[in-house]
Amino acid sequence: MLSKSQARAFFLGGTFVTFAIFLGMSWNSLVNEVPKQTNPQNLTEQVVHGKELWEENNCMGCHSIFGEGAYYAPELTKVVERRGEAYIKAVLMAKTPWMPRGRKMVAYGFSDQDASDMVEFFKWAGEADLNGFPPKPDVKR
Amino acid sequence: MKYKSQKVAYWFFASAILLLSLQIIYGFIMGFAHMGYDGLHSITPFNTARAVHTNLLVVWLLLGFMGAAYYIIPEEAQQELVNVKLAYVQLISFLVVGVIAIVGYHLNYWEGRKFLEIPRPLDWLVVVNVLLFLGLILATLYKGKKKTTTALVLAMGLLFAALLYLPGMIWFDNQTLDSFFRWWVVHLWVEGVWELIMGGILAFLLIKLTGVDREVIEKWLYVIIGLTFLSGILGTGHHYYYIGVGKIWLIVGGIFSMLEPLAFLAMALFAVGMYRKGEKKHPNKLALYWTLGTAIISFVGAGLLGMAHTLPQVNLYTHGTLVTAMHGHLAFWGAYGMIVFSFITFALPNLTGRKLYDTVNGQLAYWLSNIGMAGMTLAFGVAGVAQVYLERKLGLEFGAVQKEIEVHFFVLILMATMFSTGITLFIIEFFRFGKPNDEAIGFEENLKKA
Ligand code: HEM
Ligand code: HEM
Ligand SMILES: [Fe+2]
Repeated sequence: MLSKSQARAFFLGGTFVTFAIFLGMSWNSLVNEVPKQTNPQNLTEQVVHGKELWEENNCMGCHSIFGEGAYYAPELTKVVERRGEAYIKAVLMAKTPWMPRGRKMVAYGFSDQDASDMVEFFKWAGEADLNGFPPKPDVKR
Repeated sequence: MKYKSQKVAYWFFASAILLLSLQIIYGFIMGFAHMGYDGLHSITPFNTARAVHTNLLVVWLLLGFMGAAYYIIPEEAQQELVNVKLAYVQLISFLVVGVIAIVGYHLNYWEGRKFLEIPRPLDWLVVVNVLLFLGLILATLYKGKKKTTTALVLAMGLLFAALLYLPGMIWFDNQTLDSFFRWWVVHLWVEGVWELIMGGILAFLLIKLTGVDREVIEKWLYVIIGLTFLSGILGTGHHYYYIGVGKIWLIVGGIFSMLEPLAFLAMALFAVGMYRKGEKKHPNKLALYWTLGTAIISFVGAGLLGMAHTLPQVNLYTHGTLVTAMHGHLAFWGAYGMIVFSFITFALPNLTGRKLYDTVNGQLAYWLSNIGMAGMTLAFGVAGVAQVYLERKLGLEFGAVQKEIEVHFFVLILMATMFSTGITLFIIEFFRFGKPNDEAIGFEENLKKA
């Protein structure tokens, strides 16, 4: 039967090997994949400011982006494609809560500039290559 | 209890269960909002409630782990805690940072990064606090007569958890990178180093409760944490499928995350196996219930329900839906909530010297909370599967689908009420024990002799 020192060797060996592979793969992602799939050259000042607004207001506390966040409000990765710029800006600049089907969004009352920056952030997100996410609905009606 | 300084654990446990009750209140706010009743929107909008709910969860679990460490380490090392006053300072300052963060969430002072909403300036206070905690634990272990495997695994888990907090503090302009390193914290915690903490506590409890030889238990502890890291580190890939990094993660993440349940299966087999093997009849049956329950429910919630959506083909559709919330609840409860409850149930009689074993309230607390949580999981699951089908397969609009699944949140609230009743009973029992006291020293040792 397995002895305690063999069990310890299994733990240390497995950890070391998988962690080394993990670091290697992460490195590869940062150096090769992220530049190819996420268009870092398009991270303009506006996009970055949009991301700051996204975080300062914890939009992820209701919505998701790249499928990450909460489940109370829609996924926003492709929102520009789905709704268009004007609609999004109207929602963000509204002074009273936007209430599609009765579910309220916080009324942020963004300035025109902030709303545009947010849209730029969404455009950048929508162009990232996410290996096929979000999926296209595939049941024929 | 063998050492005076172990008493500090009690205050960590008391704080933990109080914060849990607050967490539950915010859970109800969100449950009602999902059902269409968002009357608190102007004071506590959904994103505030959510940040408070999930952060309180992490904070009370950490308080539970810290309390367990303050109890276990002196006993294993055979050495009083090096400085008890500082341990109280650490508790109070931890709570203060927590309160500031939670008040901040009501005032738009936060960072919208799921689970890491604490703003970076406060992160530094957390770091200082955790350094103090680790200092106390490691110094005690270092000065102690013995360095047991159980104590080392627990300390290693706590140390790595602290280190892994750091990648989450870096700022990135690129959302993909932000997400990439957020998972070094979130995933490598719950599917990595926290399992070491859980394994260490579980091993300690099994040694105490079953009387099986330490060498046997600790050997299996190595196997379990070996399986954890072997699968869990590369299993991080299951969060990298669709965030803007390469397809290689679909293969590696898929394969290794499918192996992750093995660690939880091993824990379940281990706990049940040691229970069968042990001859000792420890009078604290409820602690044994909780311990075996932890091992089994964590396998279901983390292992099986995690596996259900971890393959890339499935995750493409379930990613970021209520299916994730279903798994998140039973996994967090079954693994980490329950291990903390197990430890509290074990430690209370020893800290206070009162033999309130196997009370009716205690039994009810166990069954109501667990059945309630299973029901909540079911409600989230049904809502989630319906959402995936209607929204992701049929292409109905998000809001239209939410209307369709409102009814499942009614079930969620019913089940959450049952769960909360169980928790309330647990808290009532907790306070019936009274305060920890020095007369309880040697209490547990005398049980064995009697
Ligand atoms: C105790 C251990 C675990 C806990 C506490 C836990 C908890 C969670 C939580 C809270 C999330 C949501 C995270 C977020 O979106 O920020 C999540 C996601 C996920 N978990 Fe776990 N989990 C555990 C173990 C596992 C295991 C063992 C597996 C696989 C076998 C797994 C598979 C997944 C997957 C695939 C997701 C991503 C869901 C999505 O794409 O939306 N989990 N887990
Ligand atoms: C009894 C009361 C509870 C209720 C009504 C409740 C309800 C909820 C709701 C509605 C959400 C938000 C889902 C969304 O974003 O739309 C949520 C999130 C969450 N809750 Fe609870 N909850 C309760 C208790 C708990 C407990 C006891 C735990 C842990 C042990 C827990 C862990 C979580 C986690 C980890 C998340 C984030 C899930 C994710 O992002 O995938 N909750 N809860
Ligand atoms: Fe994970």
